[in-house]
Amino acid sequence: MGSEAIIVFFLAGVVLVAGANFLSNLISPKSDNPQKREPYESGMTTIGPTWVQFKVGYYLFAILFLIFDVEVAFLVPWAVVFGEMGSIALVEILIFLFILGLGLAYAWKKGALKWE
Amino acid sequence: MKILSINEWLLSFMPAGAASITEMVLIALIYLTVFAVLGLYLVLLERKVAAWFQLRLGPNRVGYKGMFQTLADALKLVSKELTGTVKADKFLYNLAPYFVIITALMALSVFPFTENLQAFDINIGLFFLIAISSIGVIGILLGGWGSNNKFALIGAMRSGVQTISYELSVGLSLLTMVILTGSLQLSEIIEVQKNGWLIVQGHIPAMIAFMIYMISGTAETNRAPFDMVEAESELGAGYHTEYSGMKFAYFFLAEFINMFIIAAIATTVFFGGWLSPFGITESIPFMGIFWFLAKTFVLVFLMMWFRWTFPRLRVDQLLTLEWKYLLPINLVNLVLMAVIVWLNITIQF
Repeated sequence: MGSEAIIVFFLAGVVLVAGANFLSNLISPKSDNPQKREPYESGMTTIGPTWVQFKVGYYLFAILFLIFDVEVAFLVPWAVVFGEMGSIALVEILIFLFILGLGLAYAWKKGALKWE
Repeated sequence: MKILSINEWLLSFMPAGAASITEMVLIALIYLTVFAVLGLYLVLLERKVAAWFQLRLGPNRVGYKGMFQTLADALKLVSKELTGTVKADKFLYNLAPYFVIITALMALSVFPFTENLQAFDINIGLFFLIAISSIGVIGILLGGWGSNNKFALIGAMRSGVQTISYELSVGLSLLTMVILTGSLQLSEIIEVQKNGWLIVQGHIPAMIAFMIYMISGTAETNRAPFDMVEAESELGAGYHTEYSGMKFAYFFLAEFINMFIIAAIATTVFFGGWLSPFGITESIPFMGIFWFLAKTFVLVFLMMWFRWTFPRLRVDQLLTLEWKYLLPINLVNLVLMAVIVWLNITIQF
């Protein structure tokens, strides 16, 4: 199959989930009860909102990830053609990785990699 | 058009348009079946392996030695009531399972199970796999956020930070091997390995890359020892706390399929995919499937073994391991591999 495979597999996934949902709705028992519809919190009534401002640490790591993931994306074409290009590619990637390593060292020094 | 040339066989008795549509439906059906069977039996395998490690019997009542245990469980899950909370964000809550299931299914589509059994031989196969496997986490985040449950939200956030961190290591360790192959196409990667599996060809850096890959692959699938995401003792069930019945089953299924996918990538990239060791069964058609599955299940077993060997990591230990150890080692390893390929001191048979 060519690239239409992506669409085929996408649709197959949709059909699988929607179909199983439908089947489950058809045969599962239904009973309603206001207590049952409360969010689970170890059997207690929930206190306070859930959608609050979350710890900033997660956000910092997401930013760090973004930086490094873009670098990985840059490395992909380099890795593919490395065998044909030889020494020039090696020198260039050393410079690139040196700068990247400096960035990591800077983040490390600044304490961005620490979880508290 | 690689699946056993279904297309040519169909063309012999129907017009071209109908043939291609029938082909697509057939392939989708085949993969859905594979998907379901794999999911069911990986769950059984996990339970059996867990039992062996703890000197128990494991499931052994339904069918011969418990063969149909998970099938019965699946039937039970379908017939369970679908509860959900009134406070949930209904749209995101219902959307989340689609993300995890579709990404797992799409990732499965690019693997060459044997020479002619590959649904989708894309030229950027490995890149596609890395990309698609990182979309799955969106489903987890949506599920955790949409549930409007504190346990679920904490679990989803942990899953987010863990998956994106370890994704760097997965990508970089696979890139290290791409330097050797010079191609991202999975069928070509296997072609290269006819001169020796890549873990042998690339010797030292390849082994380092393999170790890093297995560690970060385990973390990507949120499995123990990296299962803070659904740490039972503190979070209930983590991001799928509010999902019940069939909706819970999607997450459960996707988790096991993802484990298979991680092992299958390692098989394809490090251990020669469907190639037999030293070409011993090369003349027999379809033995490739056996070798592919055998290698993959050895790696799946390894991941189950991890679970019963290592204690759970704390969140700061987890992030330290990735950012202060695996990432720098990976960058150095990348250069090491480049130097080895440049000096041409790879091992080739």
